[in-house]
Amino acid sequence: MMQVSNPLLSVAHLSMRFGGLVAVDDLSFDVGRGDITALIGPNGAGKTTVFNCLTGFYKPSQGRIALSHATSAARDIDVLTTSGQRHTRDVFLLERMADFEITRTARVARTFQNIRLFSGMTVLENLIVAQHLTLMRASGVGGLLGLLGAKSYRDAERAAIARAQHWLERINLVDRADDPAGDLPYGDQRRLEIARAMCTNPILLCLDEPAAGLNPRESAQLTQLLRSIRDEDGTSILLIEHDMSVVMDISDHIIVLDYGAKIADGTPQSIRSDPKVIAAYLGVADEEEVRAVSQEISTGLAP
Amino acid sequence: MDVFLQQLVNGLTLGSIYGLIAIGYTMVFGIIGMVNFAHGDVFMLSAMIALILYMALTMFLGLSSLPLIFILVLVGTMVITGLWNWTIERVAYRPLRGSFRLAPLISAIGMSIFLSNLVQIVQGPRNKAAPEFLSGLFHFGPAGADVTVSLKQILIMCVTLSLLGLFWFIVQKTALGRAQRACAQDQRMAALLGIDVDRTISLTFVIGAALAAVAGVLFMIYYGVVNFSDGFIPGVKAFTAAVLGGIGSLPGAVLGGLLIGLIETFWAAYFSSDYKDVAAFSILAITLIFMPSGLLGRPDVEKV
Amino acid sequence: MWKRCEAMTRTNLTHALQEALRTALITAGLCFPLLVLRLEQDSSNQLTLQQRWSWLVFAVIGLSVARFVGLVLQDWRARAPRAEKPIAPTRPQLARAVSIFGLIALFAFPLVVLAFLGPSGSLKWINNYGVQILIYVMLGWGLNIVVGLAGLLDLGYVAFYAVGAYAYALLSTHFGLSFWLCLPLSGLLAATWGVLLGFPVLRLRGDYLAIVTLAFGEIIRLILINWTDVTNGSAGISSIPRITFFGLPFTAADNGFAATFALEFSPIHRTIFLFYLIACLALLTNFITLRLVRLPVGRAWEALREDEIACRALGLNTTRVKLTAFALGAMFAGFAGAFFAVRQNFVNPDSFTFLESATILAIVVLGGMGSQLGVALAAVVMVGGTEILRELDFLKLIFGVNFDPAQYRMLIFGMAMVAIMIWKPRGLISTRTPSLFLKERKNIAASHVGEGRG
Ligand SMILES: Nc1ncnc2c1ncn2[C@@H]1O[C@H](COP(=O)(O)OP(=O)(O)OP(=O)(O)O)[C@@H](O)[C@H]1O
Ligand SMILES: [Mg+2]
Repeated sequence: MMQVSNPLLSVAHLSMRFGGLVAVDDLSFDVGRGDITALIGPNGAGKTTVFNCLTGFYKPSQGRIALSHATSAARDIDVLTTSGQRHTRDVFLLERMADFEITRTARVARTFQNIRLFSGMTVLENLIVAQHLTLMRASGVGGLLGLLGAKSYRDAERAAIARAQHWLERINLVDRADDPAGDLPYGDQRRLEIARAMCTNPILLCLDEPAAGLNPRESAQLTQLLRSIRDEDGTSILLIEHDMSVVMDISDHIIVLDYGAKIADGTPQSIRSDPKVIAAYLGVADEEEVRAVSQEISTGLAP
Repeated sequence: MDVFLQQLVNGLTLGSIYGLIAIGYTMVFGIIGMVNFAHGDVFMLSAMIALILYMALTMFLGLSSLPLIFILVLVGTMVITGLWNWTIERVAYRPLRGSFRLAPLISAIGMSIFLSNLVQIVQGPRNKAAPEFLSGLFHFGPAGADVTVSLKQILIMCVTLSLLGLFWFIVQKTALGRAQRACAQDQRMAALLGIDVDRTISLTFVIGAALAAVAGVLFMIYYGVVNFSDGFIPGVKAFTAAVLGGIGSLPGAVLGGLLIGLIETFWAAYFSSDYKDVAAFSILAITLIFMPSGLLGRPDVEKV
Repeated sequence: MWKRCEAMTRTNLTHALQEALRTALITAGLCFPLLVLRLEQDSSNQLTLQQRWSWLVFAVIGLSVARFVGLVLQDWRARAPRAEKPIAPTRPQLARAVSIFGLIALFAFPLVVLAFLGPSGSLKWINNYGVQILIYVMLGWGLNIVVGLAGLLDLGYVAFYAVGAYAYALLSTHFGLSFWLCLPLSGLLAATWGVLLGFPVLRLRGDYLAIVTLAFGEIIRLILINWTDVTNGSAGISSIPRITFFGLPFTAADNGFAATFALEFSPIHRTIFLFYLIACLALLTNFITLRLVRLPVGRAWEALREDEIACRALGLNTTRVKLTAFALGAMFAGFAGAFFAVRQNFVNPDSFTFLESATILAIVVLGGMGSQLGVALAAVVMVGGTEILRELDFLKLIFGVNFDPAQYRMLIFGMAMVAIMIWKPRGLISTRTPSLFLKERKNIAASHVGEGRG
């Protein structure tokens, strides 16, 4: 396991069973603060299931998922774990929290493998819904301030639109702000979903196959966007991706899953040459083919 | 003990009728994912048709052999009700297949209103009291108890059991059954594999109606009274039965029907008959809230 | 060229004839026992059968001719050269114009009717058409929040209407509370019920939610029937205090409304007052709803309809979002219920059957989910349309004196529900207006708008 000092997220002994199927099997890993961490593995390895456990959509059968906003000692997490509470101000035990709380208070945002935009709402509205909580607070008790059109509410709405506009500029969609999200081409929808997740102001952004179905130019735009999110917004990224060129290009840290269990964990360099990883992707441990594939991976990567 | 056994028999009789109707709901839901709201009224229609056929056979043709009359009424009602449901599917549901989710539901509610009002107009609003079809009681008493079972009840349970057996055979062993299960899984794929989806769905409606017609004939014989408004409550209860058993599951529908019949009769016997329908509906709500996939249904996983 | 056209017509005609023949056969099969043989109780209460072969003949001829003509027309239309009409989403300006026109028509309606028909002639029109339709408009707008905006299918909406009506009936008869006090109380009570019922059921998805709400609707009705100590059972509660003009009763007495304003007493005053009252209530619900859809609450409802899982991933507490929609919808039904009770000055459980829920739902779906204007139009068409069927007495001239057109009201109502769904499955106005915009407000075509799963 790669040593991550002062991890943002620390997953320990996570297991998820569906009936007899063990989708995630005693998985432990850390996500570094300010890193882009990639979670890779063959189809059905359990990557999406890990995301669903992280973001509260599934209750894990077992395990602890701890997120610490500020630098905190491992002891804080243990104290919280035994206290039976769900979170303190800085430390959050995600497996105990409801999905919406995880986004709200623990500030973990996510996108989905099959895009889930509000396709009958405009691009702008999608970004405004993501700022629901702020606007809700501004609209006062029972929405009264909003109903009466109070100035404080209108200011908040203007700020939300400005924030949305900022993100539209970053994903190059200002011109389509008033079109239904369902009308956008696939690549734009992917980027819009990321922008929408960013509008919730997350500390950790979980992206499920953001490059799936993108052409090379769009992939390049995407990597740029992800880098800027890490560097400018200071949001750490946890990424599931099958496109190895993207993964190797931008990741600081890679975790490899196979059949729900972790088979490798390290820097892109160490993963690239790990025979277990190559075997897992191939499904067999045939020396010949392993060599062929590793060849392919490294030539595909040589820029 | 007497009361208990007696209510058990009564409950099972009523439950057989609910179970037969429930199969129609469960099959249609299984194959096109739609709550066929008009099914209760199809049941009522069949009871009315059964009564008319019975009267016609005895009055115009002067038949007097009970078994012959019963068979003729049963088959005639099944055929005509099947034709009705076939037409309903063709006219009101097929054009809406694959369209907006609520459209078929509204269409089905419209059909339900249409059917009950049609029967009200052509047959009049008053209760139709049928002449006694079959009389005769048996007494039996295990361990000194005295339980009365009428011939009608025996008839109902025998007919239900044998038709369920036949139906089970059709759905499990024939090409139609396979086609049905394929369509339930994935209609597009089934069509690509050469299954005539339209025909399969039509046949599903016909079979559902035929079973509802059996229930209608038995209902007519058992209660001896038919009214145009008799479709709604049994319809909702049969749907409850389908949900309780796990919607989409055929044995579940029968089990659910029997349970609802038992719960209702026991509730009426031991508590109050005023609130027996409240009991049935509460069970529906409680099942759905705590056990949404019913007793025998497959859990409905929410994949993210 | 011409020849080929003719040949085509001939094959099409043959096809239409075949279809008509098929229709005739099927109709004959469907109608054979049901229409031909009528069960009648004779003088000694024995069941007998009457034969009516003419009905069968009419039905068979009617339907097969209709089928034939339909096919021929369809064929003819298909060959007539036709410009492709682009399906443009309705423009916001058009909707605005219709709304303004509707508003003017609404306020002018009783006065115009009164001017033309006089006090006694206009009573029926203002009451049966005006007030009746407006009650349904209000109920439709309330349910629109739940079904149209939040995408939650509620088949037991009438329960909240009943709660409102009984709340007013009981509070006013037992405690002598005035209508103006009872109105908010009824709304609050109905909303409380909405929250209580909503809490356990709102996590159900899809049709299950529909069925549980249907069950709750029936349970409430059955309790109203059976809890005789409080509700007086099926007999209902009568002599509920009538509406007053802010304290002035609408009676011929000296302290009555007519005497105070030096008018000649007429029952129409009360009806007109009721008309404007329900119009204002309905417009208030409309105003609140229209404001709310531009606020975060309303946007959350629509987002929920579009994709519940995405909502949860964005930090929306979907249970709470659903509850607000449910409670608000229930509250509007409660207001409408209180109004219903004061208008009838009598309530009994018969007014709160499933048929009512179905009618209100049909209005929402026919109107176009989420469109306030569409719902209002649908209410006018559906309720007004069925009321009009009471007026067709001239048909007696054609079908004989025993023909009662009113009997066919619900039959036609049911057929209309099916027909309109087939004609416009997404309702009359299916486009969606965005809640805010950056440069330009563009309506969104129905094909993108979600239909909800809950
Ligand atoms: N809700 C569920 N119920 C039952 N089984 C599930 C559920 N969710 C996932 N699984 C199973 O868990 C296993 C892992 O699935 P998961 O979606 O996590 O894989 P993945 O790594 O994301 O694959 P892919 O690269 O194809 O997206 C699969 O066998 C899947 O069928
Ligand atoms: Mg996946």
